[in-house]
Amino acid sequence: MVIKDRVLEVYPDNVSAELIAHTRYITALTPQILGDAAMLAVDPDFHAKLKNGGVMAAGWNFGCNSSREWAPAALYHSGVKLLIARSFARIFYRSAINIGLVIMECPNITEWVKRGDELETDVATGAIRNITAGVSGKGTVLPESLLRIMTAGGLMEVLKAESGKK
Amino acid sequence: MTITEKIMARAAGLSSVTPGEIVDVQVDRVFSHEKLGPLFFDKFRELGLTVWDKERAILFADHGNPPSKASDADLIVKTGKFAEDYELPFYNGEGICHQLMPEKGYVLPGTVVVGTDSHTTTYGALGAFSTGFGSTETAWIFNKGKIWMKVPHTLLFKVSGKLGAGVMGKDLALHIMKLLGPDGANYRAIEYTGGAVKALSLDGRMSVCNMAVEAGAKNGVIEADGKVEAFLKGRTDQAYEMVKSDPDAVYEKVFEIDGDSLPPTVALPGSSSNSAPVGEAVGTPFTRALLGTCTNGRMEDFRVAAAILKGRKVHSKVRLQVIPASRGIFRQCIDEGLVQIFLDAGAIWCNPNCGPCAGGHYGLLGKDEVCVSTSNRNMPGRMGDSSAKIFLASPAVVAASAVNGKITDPRDYL
Repeated sequence: MVIKDRVLEVYPDNVSAELIAHTRYITALTPQILGDAAMLAVDPDFHAKLKNGGVMAAGWNFGCNSSREWAPAALYHSGVKLLIARSFARIFYRSAINIGLVIMECPNITEWVKRGDELETDVATGAIRNITAGVSGKGTVLPESLLRIMTAGGLMEVLKAESGKK
Repeated sequence: MTITEKIMARAAGLSSVTPGEIVDVQVDRVFSHEKLGPLFFDKFRELGLTVWDKERAILFADHGNPPSKASDADLIVKTGKFAEDYELPFYNGEGICHQLMPEKGYVLPGTVVVGTDSHTTTYGALGAFSTGFGSTETAWIFNKGKIWMKVPHTLLFKVSGKLGAGVMGKDLALHIMKLLGPDGANYRAIEYTGGAVKALSLDGRMSVCNMAVEAGAKNGVIEADGKVEAFLKGRTDQAYEMVKSDPDAVYEKVFEIDGDSLPPTVALPGSSSNSAPVGEAVGTPFTRALLGTCTNGRMEDFRVAAAILKGRKVHSKVRLQVIPASRGIFRQCIDEGLVQIFLDAGAIWCNPNCGPCAGGHYGLLGKDEVCVSTSNRNMPGRMGDSSAKIFLASPAVVAASAVNGKITDPRDYL
């Protein structure tokens, strides 16, 4: 899976799952409401920025604290195509893969990408090319089984295939 | 092997495991609640899935109960309906999952307990391996009873001596947050040991393990002992094993803390890792106080706070909200005369639930309000408006401060 798109913003360290999908905006658990709530408590301009690029970059420990799957779900439904962070908090990391939000860990990403840069990222090989700045880097590659879950649209899709329904 | 490695090995059907190894773990109990279960209920039905063991999957309505919004009411109805259709135990309004899971005998030493809540780490206080998962993976566990996990490296905290008067498990938890920072234990297990940990009550140990996740830990764990056995008496008839770490267990890092000299500790607003000795915050005025939650809504917490509040009044500018973690605790507070003390002091006594801690209802903070709370999180907006400031502290600090109207060292009130 290769994703070519612009960086909508570079977010700081320790962005909390609570703020990625804040309780005050989640009035019901629908894709529309979740997507609209994404990042509002962190960055009120998130949705405007998303019009200029579908790639999010972030620092260490993205998605920390709460276990709320609302957080990766909000990003997924908002239309984020790829999220690259220096590291992720454990529950967020698993949940993102399990709902099919495309994520990648790259320990130095915030050092060589900035808002507006165009990136070409190959999720299967970890290769990240910053076309705008003319530099490249490498992200962590997921084990084959997890990569399959993430790119298939998540764990429920795997269960669906297993249960013979489509 | 460490406690965590031993429990994971047993649950994976292996004689031993090593950190970094990915294993398929058999879960003993799994739970969800009305805020995060509804994210998978529809899909679960649509796919025609079944629950692997009806006595091992438990549901709660605790985060916003009774609901203050119709949309919250809908989530509770949905959770109740799922429990009814799949014939699962459902606790609706009886208290917080992290108190009821141990209280109802669902958490035993040596077992694996998981759920859709980050504070599932609490049960390590009973010598269990317990950790949080997202909703989708929890659906998988409801269906299969198994889940893959990476065996974590373990950080060991040795706390020597004995915590002083007016110093509680919560102070230790906040002090450890300072040492680790918000991601210092990411993907790792934390094991707590030493004389000061052994001397803690089970309630105090639950506060400590509750906050393990705030440093990113997969789980927090304390070797089970007679205090755990005493608690479980009459709550379970199942046999269990009190797992101990081997003398030659390998730890990634060992931290030593002198329990005797640990002062009451508070976390300044913004992050639980912004913690400092209470002296650095003494004198800060505030108007809202919260005593309760899955961190500090238990008997020891109310006994300590009541001892300070007895014969005193909550400051006229402070609203002190008291929320027991379960109906059983509420009842015991009545029996011990504690409710009377809180009411006489001018506190607001509430029904058991998560309260405003998760920012959903029931005592939210408005613009620029300052709150001193026994809960576990204080990032901007956690309990309401983003401009509100939250100091995290022990029940002793909250009670003493509520009397004074300013953050106060509880040792002045003993």
